[in-house]
Amino acid sequence: MQITKENRLSSIARYVGLVIIAILTLLPFVWMLSASFKSDIDVFSVPIQWIPKTFHPENYVKIWTKIPLGLFTYNSIKLTVIITLIQLVTSSFAAYGFSKCRFKGRDTLFVCYIITIAIPWQVYMLPQYIMMQKVHLIDTHLSIILLQSFTAFGVFLLRQFFQSVPNELLEAARIDGLTEYGIYARIMLPLSKPAMATLTIFSFVSVWNDFMGPMIYFNSTRNKTIQLGIRMFISQYSAEYNLIMAASLCSLVPVFILYVSFQRFFIQGIATSGLKG
Amino acid sequence: MKKPHTIAERRQISLNRHNTLVGLSFILPNFIGFALFILIPVIFSFILSVCKWDGFTAIQFVGLENFSNIFKDRVFKASLQHTIIFTIFSVVCTMSLSLMLAILLNRKIRGVNFFRSAVFFPYVASVVAVGAVWNAMFLKDGGPVNTMLQALGVSNPPGWFASTKWALPGVIIVSIWKNMGYFMIIYLAALQDIPSTLYEAAVIDGANGWQKFRNVTFPLLAPAHFFVFMMLTINSFKVFDLIWVLTDGGPGIATKVLANYIYDRAFVSWNYGYSSAASMILFLIIGTITIIQFTVQKKFDDVM
Repeated sequence: MQITKENRLSSIARYVGLVIIAILTLLPFVWMLSASFKSDIDVFSVPIQWIPKTFHPENYVKIWTKIPLGLFTYNSIKLTVIITLIQLVTSSFAAYGFSKCRFKGRDTLFVCYIITIAIPWQVYMLPQYIMMQKVHLIDTHLSIILLQSFTAFGVFLLRQFFQSVPNELLEAARIDGLTEYGIYARIMLPLSKPAMATLTIFSFVSVWNDFMGPMIYFNSTRNKTIQLGIRMFISQYSAEYNLIMAASLCSLVPVFILYVSFQRFFIQGIATSGLKG
Repeated sequence: MKKPHTIAERRQISLNRHNTLVGLSFILPNFIGFALFILIPVIFSFILSVCKWDGFTAIQFVGLENFSNIFKDRVFKASLQHTIIFTIFSVVCTMSLSLMLAILLNRKIRGVNFFRSAVFFPYVASVVAVGAVWNAMFLKDGGPVNTMLQALGVSNPPGWFASTKWALPGVIIVSIWKNMGYFMIIYLAALQDIPSTLYEAAVIDGANGWQKFRNVTFPLLAPAHFFVFMMLTINSFKVFDLIWVLTDGGPGIATKVLANYIYDRAFVSWNYGYSSAASMILFLIIGTITIIQFTVQKKFDDVM
Protein backbone atom coordinates (compact mmCIF):
# COMPACT_ATOMS: atom_id res chain seq x y z
CA MET A 1 0.00 0.00 0.00
CA GLN A 2 2.68 2.37 1.15
CA ILE A 3 4.82 1.69 -1.93
CA THR A 4 2.07 2.19 -4.47
CA LYS A 5 1.11 5.47 -2.84
CA GLU A 6 4.70 6.64 -3.01
CA ASN A 7 4.95 5.52 -6.62
CA ARG A 8 1.81 7.36 -7.54
CA LEU A 9 3.09 10.53 -5.89
CA SER A 10 6.43 10.35 -7.64
CA SER A 11 4.82 9.64 -10.99
CA ILE A 12 2.52 12.64 -10.51
CA ALA A 13 5.57 14.77 -9.69
CA ARG A 14 7.28 13.42 -12.77
CA TYR A 15 4.31 14.33 -14.95
CA VAL A 16 4.10 17.82 -13.52
CA GLY A 17 7.80 18.31 -14.19
CA LEU A 18 7.48 17.01 -17.74
CA VAL A 19 4.46 19.15 -18.53
CA ILE A 20 6.26 22.26 -17.28
CA ILE A 21 9.31 21.44 -19.40
CA ALA A 22 7.22 20.70 -22.48
CA ILE A 23 5.35 23.97 -22.06
CA LEU A 24 8.58 25.91 -21.62
CA THR A 25 10.25 24.39 -24.68
CA LEU A 26 7.19 24.74 -26.88
CA LEU A 27 6.27 28.21 -25.66
CA PRO A 28 8.14 30.10 -28.39
CA PHE A 29 6.43 28.01 -31.08
CA VAL A 30 3.01 28.50 -29.52
CA TRP A 31 3.62 32.21 -29.30
CA MET A 32 4.78 32.20 -32.92
CA LEU A 33 1.61 30.43 -34.04
CA SER A 34 -0.60 32.74 -32.06
CA ALA A 35 1.18 35.93 -33.17
CA SER A 36 0.97 34.87 -36.81
CA PHE A 37 -2.82 35.10 -36.63
CA LYS A 38 -2.97 38.47 -34.85
CA SER A 39 -3.27 41.99 -36.17
CA ASP A 40 0.00 43.85 -35.76
CA ILE A 41 -1.27 45.99 -32.86
CA ASP A 42 -2.31 42.90 -30.87
CA VAL A 43 1.02 41.08 -31.11
CA PHE A 44 2.56 42.49 -27.93
CA SER A 45 -0.60 43.31 -26.01
CA VAL A 46 -0.39 42.96 -22.22
CA PRO A 47 -1.48 40.54 -20.79
CA ILE A 48 -0.40 38.10 -23.51
CA GLN A 49 -3.25 36.89 -25.70
CA TRP A 50 -2.38 33.26 -26.28
CA ILE A 51 -5.54 32.91 -28.31
CA PRO A 52 -5.92 35.92 -30.60
CA LYS A 53 -8.98 38.07 -29.94
CA THR A 54 -9.62 38.39 -33.64
CA PHE A 55 -8.19 35.94 -36.16
CA HIS A 56 -6.31 37.26 -39.16
CA PRO A 57 -5.59 34.32 -41.41
CA GLU A 58 -5.05 36.83 -44.23
CA ASN A 59 -1.54 37.34 -42.76
CA TYR A 60 -0.62 34.11 -44.48
CA VAL A 61 -1.86 35.44 -47.81
CA LYS A 62 -0.15 38.80 -47.34
CA ILE A 63 3.34 37.37 -46.90
CA TRP A 64 3.21 35.68 -50.31
CA THR A 65 2.47 39.02 -51.98
CA LYS A 66 5.05 41.08 -50.07
CA ILE A 67 8.09 39.01 -50.98
CA PRO A 68 8.56 36.28 -53.62
CA LEU A 69 8.15 33.53 -51.06
CA GLY A 70 7.17 31.08 -53.79
CA LEU A 71 10.43 31.63 -55.61
CA PHE A 72 12.43 31.31 -52.37
CA THR A 73 10.67 28.06 -51.54
CA TYR A 74 11.38 26.76 -55.03
CA ASN A 75 15.07 27.67 -54.68
CA SER A 76 15.28 25.94 -51.31
CA ILE A 77 13.60 22.81 -52.63
CA LYS A 78 15.86 22.77 -55.69
CA LEU A 79 19.06 23.06 -53.66
CA THR A 80 17.89 20.60 -51.03
CA VAL A 81 16.92 17.93 -53.57
CA ILE A 82 20.05 18.26 -55.72
CA ILE A 83 22.50 18.33 -52.80
CA THR A 84 20.79 15.46 -51.01
CA LEU A 85 20.83 13.32 -54.17
CA ILE A 86 24.51 13.97 -54.90
CA GLN A 87 25.33 13.26 -51.27
CA LEU A 88 23.45 9.98 -51.27
CA VAL A 89 25.04 8.71 -54.48
CA THR A 90 28.64 9.77 -53.88
CA SER A 91 28.66 9.07 -50.14
CA SER A 92 27.23 5.57 -50.47
CA PHE A 93 29.68 4.85 -53.27
CA ALA A 94 32.63 6.06 -51.21
CA ALA A 95 31.38 4.33 -48.07
CA TYR A 96 31.35 1.04 -49.98
CA GLY A 97 34.92 1.65 -51.08
CA PHE A 98 36.01 2.48 -47.56
CA SER A 99 34.29 -0.47 -45.91
CA LYS A 100 34.26 -3.34 -48.38
CA CYS A 101 37.16 -2.86 -50.82
CA ARG A 102 40.67 -3.64 -49.70
CA PHE A 103 43.55 -1.59 -51.09
CA LYS A 104 46.63 0.28 -49.98
CA GLY A 105 46.19 3.73 -48.50
CA ARG A 106 42.48 3.23 -47.83
CA ASP A 107 42.66 3.83 -44.12
CA THR A 108 44.95 6.85 -44.41
CA LEU A 109 42.48 8.40 -46.81
CA PHE A 110 39.64 7.72 -44.43
CA VAL A 111 41.49 9.38 -41.58
CA CYS A 112 41.70 12.50 -43.78
CA TYR A 113 37.92 12.43 -44.03
CA ILE A 114 37.48 12.05 -40.29
CA ILE A 115 39.84 14.91 -39.52
CA THR A 116 37.91 17.31 -41.70
CA ILE A 117 34.69 16.51 -39.84
CA ALA A 118 36.39 17.98 -36.80
CA ILE A 119 37.59 21.13 -38.59
CA PRO A 120 35.10 23.95 -38.11
CA TRP A 121 33.65 25.32 -41.31
CA GLN A 122 34.67 28.84 -40.29
CA VAL A 123 38.30 27.82 -40.81
CA TYR A 124 37.86 27.25 -44.52
CA MET A 125 34.88 29.40 -45.40
CA LEU A 126 37.10 32.22 -46.65
CA PRO A 127 39.35 30.09 -48.89
CA GLN A 128 36.21 28.46 -50.31
CA TYR A 129 34.83 31.88 -51.09
CA ILE A 130 38.05 33.01 -52.77
CA MET A 131 38.05 29.85 -54.89
CA MET A 132 34.46 30.36 -55.98
CA GLN A 133 35.25 33.98 -56.78
CA LYS A 134 38.13 32.93 -59.03
CA VAL A 135 35.87 30.65 -61.05
CA HIS A 136 33.06 33.25 -61.10
CA LEU A 137 30.53 31.14 -59.27
CA ILE A 138 29.57 33.70 -56.62
CA ASP A 139 25.82 34.30 -56.65
CA THR A 140 25.03 31.04 -58.43
CA HIS A 141 23.29 27.99 -57.04
CA LEU A 142 26.13 25.88 -58.37
CA SER A 143 28.50 27.31 -55.73
CA ILE A 144 26.46 26.01 -52.81
CA ILE A 145 25.76 22.73 -54.59
CA LEU A 146 29.47 22.12 -55.10
CA LEU A 147 30.40 23.15 -51.57
CA GLN A 148 27.80 21.13 -49.72
CA SER A 149 27.45 17.96 -51.75
CA PHE A 150 30.64 16.23 -50.67
CA THR A 151 30.49 16.07 -46.92
CA ALA A 152 32.64 13.68 -44.97
CA PHE A 153 29.74 13.20 -42.56
CA GLY A 154 27.67 11.28 -45.12
CA VAL A 155 30.56 8.94 -45.92
CA PHE A 156 31.19 8.41 -42.23
CA LEU A 157 27.55 7.65 -41.39
CA LEU A 158 27.09 5.16 -44.23
CA ARG A 159 30.44 3.47 -43.69
CA GLN A 160 29.42 2.89 -40.11
CA PHE A 161 26.35 1.04 -41.35
CA PHE A 162 28.00 -0.80 -44.24
CA GLN A 163 30.57 -2.28 -41.89
CA SER A 164 27.82 -4.09 -40.04
CA VAL A 165 26.85 -5.99 -43.21
CA PRO A 166 28.56 -9.41 -42.99
CA ASN A 167 31.36 -10.01 -45.48
CA GLU A 168 30.20 -13.61 -46.05
CA LEU A 169 27.15 -12.25 -47.81
CA LEU A 170 29.30 -10.26 -50.24
CA GLU A 171 31.69 -13.17 -50.67
CA ALA A 172 28.80 -15.38 -51.73
CA ALA A 173 27.75 -12.79 -54.27
CA ARG A 174 31.33 -12.57 -55.59
CA ILE A 175 31.39 -16.33 -56.10
CA ASP A 176 28.12 -16.03 -57.98
CA GLY A 177 29.97 -13.74 -60.38
CA LEU A 178 28.72 -10.32 -59.31
CA THR A 179 31.23 -7.49 -59.76
CA GLU A 180 31.85 -5.04 -56.91
CA TYR A 181 29.54 -2.56 -58.63
CA GLY A 182 26.89 -5.23 -58.89
CA ILE A 183 27.23 -6.05 -55.21
CA TYR A 184 26.97 -2.36 -54.33
CA ALA A 185 23.82 -1.88 -56.40
CA ARG A 186 22.02 -5.17 -55.80
CA ILE A 187 23.02 -6.07 -52.25
CA MET A 188 24.43 -3.14 -50.33
CA LEU A 189 21.94 -0.47 -51.37
CA PRO A 190 18.79 -2.52 -50.74
CA LEU A 191 20.16 -3.57 -47.35
CA SER A 192 21.03 -0.06 -46.27
CA LYS A 193 17.65 1.59 -46.75
CA PRO A 194 17.43 2.73 -43.10
CA ALA A 195 20.90 4.29 -43.19
CA MET A 196 20.14 5.98 -46.50
CA ALA A 197 16.89 7.31 -45.05
CA THR A 198 18.78 8.70 -42.07
CA LEU A 199 21.29 10.45 -44.30
CA THR A 200 18.49 11.80 -46.52
CA ILE A 201 16.75 13.34 -43.55
CA PHE A 202 19.90 14.81 -42.05
CA SER A 203 20.96 16.25 -45.36
CA PHE A 204 17.48 17.60 -46.11
CA VAL A 205 17.20 19.34 -42.77
CA SER A 206 20.68 20.81 -42.81
CA VAL A 207 20.43 22.15 -46.37
CA TRP A 208 16.90 23.46 -45.88
CA ASN A 209 17.85 25.18 -42.62
CA ASP A 210 21.22 26.45 -43.80
CA PHE A 211 21.54 30.17 -43.50
CA MET A 212 25.20 31.21 -43.46
CA GLY A 213 26.14 29.45 -46.72
CA PRO A 214 23.45 31.05 -48.87
CA MET A 215 23.95 34.34 -47.04
CA ILE A 216 27.58 34.51 -48.07
CA TYR A 217 27.06 33.36 -51.65
CA PHE A 218 23.68 34.65 -52.86
CA ASN A 219 23.22 38.37 -53.39
CA SER A 220 20.45 38.64 -55.93
CA THR A 221 16.85 38.07 -54.96
CA ARG A 222 16.25 35.48 -57.67
CA ASN A 223 18.78 33.13 -56.05
CA LYS A 224 17.71 33.46 -52.44
CA THR A 225 16.51 30.54 -50.36
CA ILE A 226 13.62 30.56 -47.94
CA GLN A 227 15.86 31.21 -44.92
CA LEU A 228 17.47 34.20 -46.62
CA GLY A 229 14.08 35.36 -47.80
CA ILE A 230 12.77 35.43 -44.25
CA ARG A 231 15.80 37.39 -43.08
CA MET A 232 15.16 39.82 -45.94
CA PHE A 233 11.54 40.04 -44.88
CA ILE A 234 12.55 40.73 -41.28
CA SER A 235 14.80 43.61 -42.29
CA GLN A 236 12.12 45.12 -44.56
CA TYR A 237 9.12 44.73 -42.27
CA SER A 238 10.89 44.76 -38.93
CA ALA A 239 7.87 46.09 -37.05
CA GLU A 240 5.29 43.68 -38.42
CA TYR A 241 5.92 40.76 -36.13
CA ASN A 242 2.68 39.05 -37.09
CA LEU A 243 3.83 38.74 -40.69
CA ILE A 244 7.37 37.77 -39.65
CA MET A 245 5.95 34.98 -37.49
CA ALA A 246 3.69 33.78 -40.29
CA ALA A 247 6.64 33.63 -42.71
CA SER A 248 8.89 31.90 -40.15
CA LEU A 249 6.18 29.37 -39.43
CA CYS A 250 5.85 28.58 -43.14
CA SER A 251 9.59 27.88 -43.29
CA LEU A 252 9.28 25.45 -40.37
CA VAL A 253 6.47 23.38 -41.89
CA PRO A 254 8.50 21.06 -44.19
CA VAL A 255 10.99 20.21 -41.44
CA PHE A 256 8.16 19.70 -38.97
CA ILE A 257 6.35 17.27 -41.26
CA LEU A 258 9.56 15.38 -41.94
CA TYR A 259 10.36 15.31 -38.25
CA VAL A 260 6.98 14.03 -37.16
CA SER A 261 6.87 11.30 -39.80
CA PHE A 262 10.46 10.07 -39.59
CA GLN A 263 11.36 10.70 -35.99
CA ARG A 264 12.97 7.33 -35.47
CA PHE A 265 15.53 8.03 -38.22
CA PHE A 266 16.55 11.24 -36.51
CA ILE A 267 17.11 9.37 -33.27
CA GLN A 268 18.91 6.53 -35.00
CA GLY A 269 21.18 8.96 -36.82
CA ILE A 270 22.17 10.69 -33.62
CA ALA A 271 22.79 7.40 -31.87
CA THR A 272 25.07 6.02 -34.63
CA SER A 273 26.94 9.20 -35.42
CA GLY A 274 27.17 10.05 -31.76
CA LEU A 275 28.21 7.63 -29.07
CA LYS A 276 29.32 4.80 -31.25
CA GLY A 277 31.40 7.13 -33.42
CA MET B 1 63.05 -4.30 -56.33
CA LYS B 2 62.62 -7.97 -56.95
CA LYS B 3 60.85 -8.99 -60.09
CA PRO B 4 57.91 -11.33 -59.57
CA HIS B 5 58.72 -14.79 -60.86
CA THR B 6 55.97 -17.25 -60.41
CA ILE B 7 52.65 -16.97 -62.16
CA ALA B 8 50.93 -17.00 -58.78
CA GLU B 9 52.91 -13.96 -57.65
CA ARG B 10 52.20 -12.13 -60.85
CA ARG B 11 48.51 -12.95 -60.62
CA GLN B 12 48.48 -11.70 -57.03
CA ILE B 13 49.98 -8.39 -58.07
CA SER B 14 47.56 -7.84 -60.90
CA LEU B 15 44.72 -8.77 -58.57
CA ASN B 16 45.95 -6.22 -56.06
CA ARG B 17 46.14 -3.59 -58.75
CA HIS B 18 42.66 -4.49 -59.88
CA ASN B 19 41.35 -4.23 -56.32
CA THR B 20 42.99 -0.86 -55.85
CA LEU B 21 41.45 0.44 -59.05
CA VAL B 22 38.00 -0.81 -58.12
CA GLY B 23 38.31 0.59 -54.61
CA LEU B 24 39.48 3.97 -55.86
CA SER B 25 36.70 4.11 -58.42
CA PHE B 26 34.20 3.88 -55.59
CA ILE B 27 35.83 6.61 -53.59
CA LEU B 28 36.80 8.95 -56.40
CA PRO B 29 33.47 10.66 -57.18
CA ASN B 30 33.18 11.81 -53.59
CA PHE B 31 36.89 12.35 -53.08
CA ILE B 32 37.30 14.75 -56.03
CA GLY B 33 34.62 17.03 -54.65
CA PHE B 34 35.89 16.60 -51.12
CA ALA B 35 39.50 17.40 -52.05
CA LEU B 36 38.60 20.40 -54.19
CA PHE B 37 36.07 22.03 -51.93
CA ILE B 38 37.17 21.06 -48.44
CA LEU B 39 40.73 19.71 -48.28
CA ILE B 40 42.36 22.36 -50.49
CA PRO B 41 40.55 25.28 -48.78
CA VAL B 42 41.70 23.96 -45.40
CA ILE B 43 45.33 23.95 -46.57
CA PHE B 44 44.85 27.35 -48.21
CA SER B 45 43.64 28.68 -44.88
CA PHE B 46 46.88 27.63 -43.18
CA ILE B 47 48.85 29.52 -45.82
CA LEU B 48 46.69 32.63 -45.58
CA SER B 49 47.18 32.88 -41.84
CA VAL B 50 50.85 33.77 -42.33
CA CYS B 51 50.21 36.17 -45.22
CA LYS B 52 48.89 39.65 -45.73
CA TRP B 53 46.18 39.87 -48.36
CA ASP B 54 43.02 41.81 -49.17
CA GLY B 55 42.08 39.68 -52.16
CA PHE B 56 43.19 42.19 -54.77
CA THR B 57 46.83 43.16 -54.29
CA ALA B 58 49.66 40.62 -54.27
CA ILE B 59 49.92 38.15 -51.40
CA GLN B 60 52.71 39.01 -49.00
CA PHE B 61 54.34 36.64 -46.53
CA VAL B 62 54.38 38.17 -43.05
CA GLY B 63 55.19 35.26 -40.78
CA LEU B 64 53.45 35.33 -37.43
CA GLU B 65 52.60 39.02 -37.63
CA ASN B 66 48.86 38.35 -38.03
CA PHE B 67 48.84 36.38 -34.83
CA SER B 68 50.67 38.99 -32.79
CA ASN B 69 48.39 41.66 -34.28
CA ILE B 70 45.09 39.98 -33.51
CA PHE B 71 46.17 39.43 -29.93
CA LYS B 72 46.58 43.21 -29.69
CA ASP B 73 43.12 43.68 -31.25
CA ARG B 74 40.57 44.68 -28.61
CA VAL B 75 37.72 43.14 -30.62
CA PHE B 76 39.53 39.82 -30.93
CA LYS B 77 40.21 39.67 -27.22
CA ALA B 78 36.58 40.49 -26.44
CA SER B 79 35.40 37.85 -28.93
CA LEU B 80 37.61 35.19 -27.41
CA GLN B 81 36.39 36.11 -23.94
CA HIS B 82 32.72 35.98 -24.99
CA THR B 83 33.30 32.62 -26.66
CA ILE B 84 34.76 31.21 -23.45
CA ILE B 85 31.95 32.57 -21.26
CA PHE B 86 29.38 31.31 -23.73
CA THR B 87 31.04 27.89 -23.76
CA ILE B 88 31.27 27.52 -19.99
CA PHE B 89 27.64 28.39 -19.33
CA SER B 90 26.12 26.53 -22.29
CA VAL B 91 28.12 23.40 -21.54
CA VAL B 92 27.28 23.25 -17.85
CA CYS B 93 23.59 24.13 -18.21
CA THR B 94 22.91 22.06 -21.33
CA MET B 95 24.62 19.05 -19.84
CA SER B 96 22.71 19.10 -16.56
CA LEU B 97 19.37 19.84 -18.21
CA SER B 98 19.72 17.16 -20.88
CA LEU B 99 20.74 14.58 -18.27
CA MET B 100 17.76 15.51 -16.13
CA LEU B 101 15.41 15.27 -19.10
CA ALA B 102 16.82 11.92 -20.15
CA ILE B 103 16.31 10.49 -16.68
CA LEU B 104 12.76 11.85 -16.51
CA LEU B 105 11.97 10.42 -19.93
CA ASN B 106 13.70 7.06 -19.57
CA ARG B 107 10.46 5.42 -18.45
CA LYS B 108 7.61 3.74 -20.18
CA ILE B 109 5.08 6.37 -19.23
CA ARG B 110 2.13 7.61 -21.20
CA GLY B 111 2.97 10.36 -23.65
CA VAL B 112 6.71 9.81 -23.40
CA ASN B 113 7.11 10.17 -27.15
CA PHE B 114 5.29 13.47 -27.16
CA PHE B 115 7.59 14.86 -24.47
CA ARG B 116 10.72 13.65 -26.21
CA SER B 117 9.58 15.16 -29.50
CA ALA B 118 8.71 18.44 -27.85
CA VAL B 119 12.13 18.78 -26.28
CA PHE B 120 13.95 17.72 -29.44
CA PHE B 121 12.06 19.87 -31.94
CA PRO B 122 13.96 23.14 -31.29
CA TYR B 123 17.09 21.31 -32.42
CA VAL B 124 15.73 20.77 -35.94
CA ALA B 125 14.03 24.16 -36.22
CA SER B 126 15.92 26.56 -38.49
CA VAL B 127 18.05 29.21 -36.82
CA VAL B 128 16.35 31.92 -38.84
CA ALA B 129 12.91 31.07 -37.44
CA VAL B 130 14.42 30.56 -33.99
CA GLY B 131 16.12 33.95 -34.24
CA ALA B 132 12.92 35.65 -35.33
CA VAL B 133 10.80 34.26 -32.55
CA TRP B 134 13.35 34.75 -29.75
CA ASN B 135 14.00 38.31 -30.83
CA ALA B 136 10.31 38.91 -30.29
CA MET B 137 10.16 36.84 -27.09
CA PHE B 138 13.03 38.82 -25.57
CA LEU B 139 11.81 42.24 -26.67
CA LYS B 140 12.45 44.69 -23.84
CA ASP B 141 9.03 46.33 -23.79
CA GLY B 142 6.05 44.06 -24.32
CA GLY B 143 8.06 40.95 -25.19
CA PRO B 144 6.36 37.82 -23.80
CA VAL B 145 9.33 36.92 -21.56
CA ASN B 146 9.35 40.29 -19.84
CA THR B 147 5.56 40.41 -19.70
CA MET B 148 5.61 37.08 -17.86
CA LEU B 149 8.44 38.21 -15.60
CA GLN B 150 6.46 41.30 -14.70
CA ALA B 151 3.40 39.18 -14.02
CA LEU B 152 5.59 37.16 -11.65
CA GLY B 153 6.53 40.32 -9.80
CA VAL B 154 9.84 41.33 -11.43
CA SER B 155 9.39 45.07 -11.55
CA ASN B 156 12.44 45.89 -13.65
CA PRO B 157 13.02 43.02 -16.11
CA PRO B 158 16.27 42.87 -18.09
CA GLY B 159 16.69 44.49 -21.49
CA TRP B 160 17.98 41.23 -23.02
CA PHE B 161 19.30 41.77 -26.55
CA ALA B 162 19.08 45.53 -26.16
CA SER B 163 21.41 45.58 -23.18
CA THR B 164 25.14 44.91 -23.24
CA LYS B 165 24.87 43.17 -19.89
CA TRP B 166 21.99 40.82 -20.68
CA ALA B 167 22.58 40.03 -24.36
CA LEU B 168 25.09 37.25 -23.72
CA PRO B 169 22.93 35.52 -21.07
CA GLY B 170 20.01 35.77 -23.50
CA VAL B 171 22.00 34.12 -26.27
CA ILE B 172 23.11 31.39 -23.87
CA ILE B 173 19.50 30.68 -22.85
CA VAL B 174 18.43 30.28 -26.47
CA SER B 175 21.37 28.01 -27.20
CA ILE B 176 20.52 25.77 -24.23
CA TRP B 177 16.89 25.65 -25.31
CA LYS B 178 17.85 24.72 -28.87
CA ASN B 179 20.44 22.04 -28.10
CA MET B 180 19.29 20.21 -24.97
CA GLY B 181 17.05 17.85 -26.95
CA TYR B 182 19.95 16.55 -28.98
CA PHE B 183 22.04 15.69 -25.94
CA MET B 184 19.02 14.27 -24.19
CA ILE B 185 18.80 11.70 -27.01
CA ILE B 186 22.45 10.77 -26.48
CA TYR B 187 21.91 10.37 -22.75
CA LEU B 188 18.76 8.32 -23.37
CA ALA B 189 20.71 5.94 -25.60
CA ALA B 190 23.36 5.57 -22.90
CA LEU B 191 20.79 5.05 -20.14
CA GLN B 192 19.25 2.21 -22.08
CA ASP B 193 22.60 0.43 -22.04
CA ILE B 194 22.75 0.28 -18.23
CA PRO B 195 21.79 -3.27 -17.23
CA SER B 196 18.67 -3.36 -15.08
CA THR B 197 20.24 -6.02 -12.84
CA LEU B 198 22.41 -3.29 -11.33
CA TYR B 199 19.33 -1.41 -10.20
CA GLU B 200 17.80 -4.60 -8.83
CA ALA B 201 20.96 -5.21 -6.84
CA ALA B 202 20.86 -1.64 -5.54
CA VAL B 203 17.25 -2.07 -4.44
CA ILE B 204 18.18 -5.26 -2.57
CA ASP B 205 20.92 -3.29 -0.85
CA GLY B 206 18.23 -0.85 0.24
CA ALA B 207 19.24 2.09 -1.95
CA ASN B 208 16.75 4.93 -2.37
CA GLY B 209 16.18 6.88 -5.59
CA TRP B 210 18.93 9.41 -5.00
CA GLN B 211 21.45 6.73 -3.99
CA LYS B 212 20.60 4.75 -7.13
CA PHE B 213 21.26 7.83 -9.21
CA ARG B 214 24.47 8.73 -7.38
CA ASN B 215 26.02 5.28 -7.22
CA VAL B 216 24.68 3.52 -10.31
CA THR B 217 23.35 5.86 -12.97
CA PHE B 218 25.75 8.75 -12.74
CA PRO B 219 29.06 6.83 -12.67
CA LEU B 220 27.94 4.37 -15.35
CA LEU B 221 27.16 7.27 -17.66
CA ALA B 222 30.82 8.36 -17.59
CA PRO B 223 31.45 7.73 -21.31
CA ALA B 224 28.26 9.61 -22.18
CA HIS B 225 29.14 12.52 -19.89
CA PHE B 226 32.47 12.72 -21.57
CA PHE B 227 31.08 12.59 -25.09
CA VAL B 228 28.39 15.16 -24.35
CA PHE B 229 30.88 17.44 -22.65
CA MET B 230 33.29 17.32 -25.57
CA MET B 231 30.65 17.75 -28.26
CA LEU B 232 29.10 20.66 -26.40
CA THR B 233 32.46 22.33 -25.90
CA ILE B 234 33.35 21.98 -29.58
CA ASN B 235 29.94 23.19 -30.73
CA SER B 236 30.01 26.13 -28.35
CA PHE B 237 33.40 27.29 -29.56
CA LYS B 238 32.06 27.15 -33.11
CA VAL B 239 28.83 29.02 -32.35
CA PHE B 240 28.06 31.36 -35.21
CA ASP B 241 24.71 31.44 -36.96
CA LEU B 242 22.64 31.42 -33.78
CA ILE B 243 24.37 34.55 -32.54
CA TRP B 244 24.19 36.06 -35.99
CA VAL B 245 20.40 35.80 -36.14
CA LEU B 246 19.84 36.81 -32.53
CA THR B 247 22.12 39.79 -32.02
CA ASP B 248 24.66 39.88 -34.87
CA GLY B 249 27.33 40.21 -32.19
CA GLY B 250 25.70 43.28 -30.69
CA PRO B 251 24.76 45.48 -29.04
CA GLY B 252 28.17 46.98 -29.82
CA ILE B 253 30.40 43.93 -29.54
CA ALA B 254 28.68 42.52 -26.45
CA THR B 255 27.99 39.10 -27.99
CA LYS B 256 30.71 38.94 -30.63
CA VAL B 257 32.32 35.48 -30.66
CA LEU B 258 35.32 34.04 -32.51
CA ALA B 259 33.29 32.98 -35.53
CA ASN B 260 31.81 36.46 -35.86
CA TYR B 261 35.31 37.91 -35.73
CA ILE B 262 36.52 35.54 -38.45
CA TYR B 263 33.56 36.46 -40.62
CA ASP B 264 33.90 40.22 -40.08
CA ARG B 265 37.59 40.30 -40.84
CA ALA B 266 37.02 38.23 -43.99
CA PHE B 267 33.88 39.71 -45.49
CA VAL B 268 33.52 43.14 -43.93
CA SER B 269 37.02 44.56 -43.56
CA TRP B 270 38.65 42.29 -46.19
CA ASN B 271 41.60 41.51 -43.97
CA TYR B 272 42.19 37.92 -45.02
CA GLY B 273 45.32 37.48 -42.90
CA TYR B 274 43.61 38.46 -39.63
CA SER B 275 40.62 36.34 -40.45
CA SER B 276 42.70 33.27 -41.20
CA ALA B 277 44.90 33.77 -38.14
CA ALA B 278 41.80 33.92 -35.95
CA SER B 279 40.44 30.83 -37.68
CA MET B 280 43.72 29.05 -36.92
CA ILE B 281 43.24 29.87 -33.23
CA LEU B 282 39.75 28.38 -33.41
CA PHE B 283 41.16 25.37 -35.22
CA LEU B 284 43.85 24.94 -32.58
CA ILE B 285 41.35 25.05 -29.73
CA ILE B 286 38.99 22.59 -31.37
CA GLY B 287 41.84 20.40 -32.59
CA THR B 288 43.20 20.08 -29.06
CA ILE B 289 39.78 19.18 -27.66
CA THR B 290 39.25 16.62 -30.43
CA ILE B 291 42.58 14.95 -29.80
CA ILE B 292 41.84 14.72 -26.08
CA GLN B 293 38.46 13.29 -26.95
CA PHE B 294 39.90 10.65 -29.28
CA THR B 295 42.48 9.45 -26.78
CA VAL B 296 40.14 9.31 -23.81
CA GLN B 297 37.33 7.77 -25.86
CA LYS B 298 39.69 5.01 -26.89
CA LYS B 299 40.44 4.33 -23.26
CA PHE B 300 36.72 4.10 -22.50
CA ASP B 301 36.24 1.69 -25.38
CA ASP B 302 39.07 -0.49 -24.11
CA VAL B 303 37.68 -0.58 -20.59
CA MET B 304 34.02 -1.04 -21.46
